[in-house]
Amino acid sequence: MNTATAHTYTYYPGCSQMATNKAYDISTRGVAHALGLELNELEDWNCCGATAYVAIREKQAFVLSARNLALAERSERDLVTPCSGCYVVLRKANKYMAENERLRSEIGQALAKGGMAYRGSVRVRHFLDVVVNDAGEDAIRGRATRSLAGLRVACYYGCQISRPFGEIDDEENPQSLDQLVQWLGADPVPFSLRAKCCGGLMMTTQPEVGRTLTGKILQLARESGADCVVTCCPLCQMNLEAYQHQVSAVMGRDCAIPVLYFTQLMGYAFGLEEDALALRDSLTPVEALLTEKVACP
Amino acid sequence: MITLTIDGKTVRTESGTTVLNAARGAAIEIPTLCHHESLPPYGSCRICLVEVTQRGRTRLVSSCTLPVAEGMEVNTKSEKVMRIRRMLAELFLARCPDSKVIRELAAQFNVTKSRFRKPVGEPSSIVGEEGCILCGMCVRLCDDVLKIGALSFEGRGGGRRVTTPFGEPSDVCMTCGACSSICPTGAIEHHRIWEHVPQRIPFEFEEGLTHRKPIYIPFAQAVPRVPVIDKHTCMHFKTNGCKVCEDNCEAKAIRHAQEDEMVELDVGAIVVATGFQLFDARQLVRYGYGRFDNVLSALEFERISHASGPTGGKVLKKDGTPPQSVAILHCIGSRDENYQKYCSRVCCMYSLKFAHLIREKTHADVYNFYIDMRAFGKGYEEFYKRLLAEGVYFIRGKAAEVTDAAESPEEKGKLIVIGEDTLLGLTRRIPVDMVILSTGIKPAQGAEELARLLSLSCTQGQFYLEKHPKLAPVDTASDGIFLAGACQGPKDIPDAVAQGAAAAAGALALIDGGKVVLEPITSEIDEKLCAGCKICIASCPYVAIEFDEEKKISRVIEELCKGCGTCVAACPSGAARQRNFEDVQIYAEIEGILHPETEPVLRE
Repeated sequence: MNTATAHTYTYYPGCSQMATNKAYDISTRGVAHALGLELNELEDWNCCGATAYVAIREKQAFVLSARNLALAERSERDLVTPCSGCYVVLRKANKYMAENERLRSEIGQALAKGGMAYRGSVRVRHFLDVVVNDAGEDAIRGRATRSLAGLRVACYYGCQISRPFGEIDDEENPQSLDQLVQWLGADPVPFSLRAKCCGGLMMTTQPEVGRTLTGKILQLARESGADCVVTCCPLCQMNLEAYQHQVSAVMGRDCAIPVLYFTQLMGYAFGLEEDALALRDSLTPVEALLTEKVACP
Repeated sequence: MITLTIDGKTVRTESGTTVLNAARGAAIEIPTLCHHESLPPYGSCRICLVEVTQRGRTRLVSSCTLPVAEGMEVNTKSEKVMRIRRMLAELFLARCPDSKVIRELAAQFNVTKSRFRKPVGEPSSIVGEEGCILCGMCVRLCDDVLKIGALSFEGRGGGRRVTTPFGEPSDVCMTCGACSSICPTGAIEHHRIWEHVPQRIPFEFEEGLTHRKPIYIPFAQAVPRVPVIDKHTCMHFKTNGCKVCEDNCEAKAIRHAQEDEMVELDVGAIVVATGFQLFDARQLVRYGYGRFDNVLSALEFERISHASGPTGGKVLKKDGTPPQSVAILHCIGSRDENYQKYCSRVCCMYSLKFAHLIREKTHADVYNFYIDMRAFGKGYEEFYKRLLAEGVYFIRGKAAEVTDAAESPEEKGKLIVIGEDTLLGLTRRIPVDMVILSTGIKPAQGAEELARLLSLSCTQGQFYLEKHPKLAPVDTASDGIFLAGACQGPKDIPDAVAQGAAAAAGALALIDGGKVVLEPITSEIDEKLCAGCKICIASCPYVAIEFDEEKKISRVIEELCKGCGTCVAACPSGAARQRNFEDVQIYAEIEGILHPETEPVLRE
């Protein structure tokens, strides 16, 4: 296997990266390019099945995932997504199909209607896993041209990146994002709520509950002395950055803090330009923070 | 023997002794800096100078290098001696104004400041701010005693200094830390000799809360109470040097050349009492063991609360202050579908003991998070009641998590235990200063290997299976092998002692009998039918079948056969049979069961 194929992946952006979280998609592609990781977008991809649908019509949701997996199988490469939701749903479908023969044959029938088949050979991976474990420390340290020294970062993993499988990191005390932030020269702060719930979809269905959960995270990040929160999930990003006014009102305290994707932080350290970072898409003053805190070379 | 006078006192000592040692033997104190029992006399610091009168001539000599002689008159505190010592102290103080040892020494001679300036020279590559007095103890220890040779003197006169060869990092250094531990001024900065810093050796018995030396007494109540040498950390086994302990041992009891021995014994009975190990709380990341300073395992707290432990029995947090509140989390690793499904039996009661000790020693609030209180033994329930009366809080519900993420001002700086109170139907957040994890009992390390060696059956993981839970609780399926203590299953001390006594009695009864009574049900092999295929030999779990090379058939050794019938089922030719348990009998039993008249009865 030569190096070109070793670092080539099938890319599954997921729906939120097409709209609300466009900045995540842009910065993911930017960082991948800078690190020499080739991302080939999966052709004709569809909804992963999404957390909400899985809870209501599991089998139908798995068929949606299986269609993506069947498409991805044609390239014989790892399927990489930056979205923790897609990551979990695709993995779950993959695992259940491998373990449950009846489910496998039912999904197989559904796929056959569309003239497709899935053998079960695709490995689903999160972009954070690819960056930390495939690109690795040397490549990342070597590529970082701007020093993030002195930038204090609260690494927020969300619930889905290590749960329920715990394969790329510890379920309750994940470390990979902290490691990555350290490689970039920034200081991760001790942050105990790193893998706690951001409120998820509760933010819209039970706003009080959702805002309280988000509020705890933002509040602790501020109290830990962090300058910003870094996320690796579009839903977490949305919840943490978009509702800071309402959350502050519920908490009775100011909860405002800049929130950005880990890919944006990486891209900034790599010296990428705005067209590969999309910092201006952010709802929090991320660009101002980085300009103020990070010395440009 | 030689007789001399020291400060007017007649002293008798052996020839070859130094004046310093003779004086110390007579309880006359002479100050020293460069002297050490493990090093040969050197006489570089001169602080031990004394005035010696011999054959009418008086002179000043360093007492650490001067051997005693008949009729010698020694004055250790004459005006002249004291004047010179004061001067020396002043010179040392000029060189090392920040060193505690030097300041204390100078204070003995009422010297608090020096008239001299700190000498200016090129600093040594390995000596820090404390300053070096060139006593050479580090060099002598490293080169002569330990035989490593990472340090040496360099330069002459005022330029003399201790350093590594060429002032470069010395890769022969073995990071033993001897140089920095012997240095009287604490001047050596170890990381400048070689990139590593000496690591202290964690004391296993104290759960790593204190440290030990490579030679140590395993624990205060050890039997026999003699020191042992840890081959992996003792420098003698790395450099072939040192042996300081051997030189210092008056009884000459230390032998570095001693080797491990394998002893083979022929015995009539074996009592297996291999004990247990504790569940490693690190596996349960949510409770923060290893992440938070004041989350302790049960055994760590046991040491802290023990009078001979690292804190002398005081219940203290890592920062040395007593806790205001403590949470004890029960069932860590026990009764847990993901780890050990069984109850470890001892944790409820030791948790109660801890709670009682904390109340008694600190008056801190104690919160127990428990699933069920299992106070099953004699006097145990009464103890539980007593704790309720002492004001210990009991919250029924397994703790979910220990976090430092405070949500209110009163939680700031505390560890917060989150758990469901199943009696109140509420989620509780209890801020505490210390958390004790009541870790459960696991089969000992190597239990599986021993089971294979002794053909023992196991239950609940690798706990050994007794022959019968009620009728033969200390016997095993292999005759002559008995079980005692927690190797058979989690149990507390009274139960383990009782079982130990029973196992000993069982072993004695077997040995003293002179005869062995066998069960009547054993296998036999019909010589006429046996084809000599040896399948039975491979299948026998008790190694009770041997092969007769002359007749080319298998033969059962009756004394070893337990009548399990494995060979009978395995034998392809039907040659293996079980006495008193023949196929005919089993067929009759099956027919009896399937008979129309008995069937309805069975159905009910």
